[in-house]
Amino acid sequence: MSAAPIKFYQVGSFAIGNRLLSPEDRSIQSDPERTNALTSGHRACQGCGEALGARYALDAAMRATDDKIIAVNATGCLEVFSTPYPESSWRIAWLHSLFGNAPAVATGVAAALKAQGKSDIRVIGQGGDGATVDIGFGALSGMFERNDDVLYICYDNEAYMNTGVQRSGATPPAARTATTQAVGENPGNVFGQGKNLPRIAMAHEIPYVATATVADLRDLEAKVIKAMSFRGARYIHVLVPCPLGWGSESCDTIKIARLATQSGLFPVFEAESGEVTSSTPIRHRVKVEEYLKLQIRYSHLFSPNRRDDVIDLLQATADKNISRYNLIPDESGSI
Amino acid sequence: MLRQVEGSKAVADTVAACRPQVICAYPISPQTHIVEGLSQLVKNGSLDGCEFINVESEFAAMSVAIGASATGARTYTATASQGLLYMVEAVYNASGLGLPIVMTVANRAIGAPINIWNDHSDSMSQRDSGWIQLYAETNQEAADLHVQAFKIAEDLSLPVMVCMDGFILTHAYERVDVPERSQVDKFLPPFVPRQVLDPNNPVSIGAMVGPEAFTEVKYMAHMKNQLALEVIPKVARDFQKAFGRSSGGLVRGYKLDGADTVVIALGSILGTIKDVVDEMVAADIAIGVIGIIAFRPFPTDVVRTALSHAKRVIVLEKAFQVGIGGIVIENVRASLRGSSTKDYTVIAGLGGRPITKDSLRQYLNRACVDGVEDLTFLDLDQELADSEILREVW
Repeated sequence: MSAAPIKFYQVGSFAIGNRLLSPEDRSIQSDPERTNALTSGHRACQGCGEALGARYALDAAMRATDDKIIAVNATGCLEVFSTPYPESSWRIAWLHSLFGNAPAVATGVAAALKAQGKSDIRVIGQGGDGATVDIGFGALSGMFERNDDVLYICYDNEAYMNTGVQRSGATPPAARTATTQAVGENPGNVFGQGKNLPRIAMAHEIPYVATATVADLRDLEAKVIKAMSFRGARYIHVLVPCPLGWGSESCDTIKIARLATQSGLFPVFEAESGEVTSSTPIRHRVKVEEYLKLQIRYSHLFSPNRRDDVIDLLQATADKNISRYNLIPDESGSI
Repeated sequence: MLRQVEGSKAVADTVAACRPQVICAYPISPQTHIVEGLSQLVKNGSLDGCEFINVESEFAAMSVAIGASATGARTYTATASQGLLYMVEAVYNASGLGLPIVMTVANRAIGAPINIWNDHSDSMSQRDSGWIQLYAETNQEAADLHVQAFKIAEDLSLPVMVCMDGFILTHAYERVDVPERSQVDKFLPPFVPRQVLDPNNPVSIGAMVGPEAFTEVKYMAHMKNQLALEVIPKVARDFQKAFGRSSGGLVRGYKLDGADTVVIALGSILGTIKDVVDEMVAADIAIGVIGIIAFRPFPTDVVRTALSHAKRVIVLEKAFQVGIGGIVIENVRASLRGSSTKDYTVIAGLGGRPITKDSLRQYLNRACVDGVEDLTFLDLDQELADSEILREVW
């Protein structure tokens, strides 16, 4: 599949339109013979960004490896909704061990495959943001530092959703969670905290780091396929809106993910060996407000009193991303 | 081959002879010499096809082991003390998933206060983890138990902890007949996993189990662990046939015929105990010894039979349960149920305090005439402890 964006000027969107493309350029999901790594019947919420992202990512990985993948899953929504014993939605070799050890378990799988001479089988570690940026961070850094042959995918919904929407190190400032309530003078999560894991991954100088969202699933597929062309530690950070935790409509998951990128709050880029190699330009820039107002987790910024001071701070974050990643190549960056 | 060798080196060479495919290592005293030895063997090509992973924590060590074992590789790691505690979540996970990982525990105390010397607090804390636990009396047995551990683990698809006293065994140079690879090859067939991660035959391992089946899963784990009570002696018998020496098994009796008093202990202290018992028997005191090799599963019936003629049992322990007392004694009492045998617990050797023959002799002589408390801390500076307690409370 081509990594180059395919423009459909008639709808002004990157979406759908597979029938207009040559077969090799079509989304893997459009193939009636698609592998269904994560098949139907699982118990994810309606509109779950993580379920969508995981299916696209893993089917792309299967396409890239002739179906030879083993996935290691951290504890979390993806694990719980996919494998309530005696059922399983996985049609791949899949192992769940603990919340904080998926990267290390993936290292073990990769080591065993190497020892057995099965280098054609590839390993994917995956987990939510809690498993990745918080409790499994040490294991992830170890896996990166050793450059173990693992692609780790973080499905980032910016809080601990499986346990009831508590703050994680990936929760953005001002967002309401169950442990950063929308009360007091500075409601929601505080400013000046949190980890930028793609940057931390880059600091390990691993071969490939990328970000993606479920708003551009073809881009996610392309990045997974590209990641599988490298050996060594690779990291893809996928923004996956969570209707339950974000307080958004199930039908708005894609829209919200797109607004995250088009506002500049979530920069989509690639990096190789520690250097940014490309970023996805913003096509229709929006103010962060457009993104925020669709989510109850930010509702305290609009009622009972509008908090322009906080909204401005979030806009500044987006503006910084736009300039840092050159998301509007022909402009200075102002709206 | 018979060699004058450090205990850790003997274990490293023995593990290497078992052809592990993945070894993960994180340094902690007094275990470090084992993985250092293995690191060298992998690096110099003696262990062809083995992956040696330097991990960032013990939690990662056990996690790497879980991934490797689930992918069908024979997997080994070693730890001790705080390291074992740091990996506990993964320790339980390994047994729950039924992965035949072999791990050496170079027994060491647990802080605070931090203490690097030997006792059994670390592995005893994992007695309920679902792992099989074997305790070595000598370095010869420590080496031999590793060969047996891989056999037991892979026969049952359960992880095995081989416990050897830190420093006392790991750092002691003595004569060991280190198992050779050619000998081990005849005894230990290549690992055939019960279940394996394989894209050609995909399985989901580690599903979430709810209340409707969790009890059954735990019951099955218990029953499978109990099977080890048959497998461990069988493997020990097979080992004796193959290697010509006795090592392992469930328990080992010493001078039990006609013994009114039986001392029970685990690990290297058994040597000192036997020396003292020899002297006491020479003085016409009817005393014998039971060394427990397999602490998990606990060989309740075998111990009951061995104690059937004893009038009193003394359990010497290198760990204890704060708030209750001895750990091993609680297990031994299951073997004494319904009998009138008296029991005494002596906690000794905590944090590396030497257990001297003199102290042992004095204690055992008193115990043989029921002149000791139910629970004794050997060589305790009672005056110092009491004065500090007084100072802290008032």
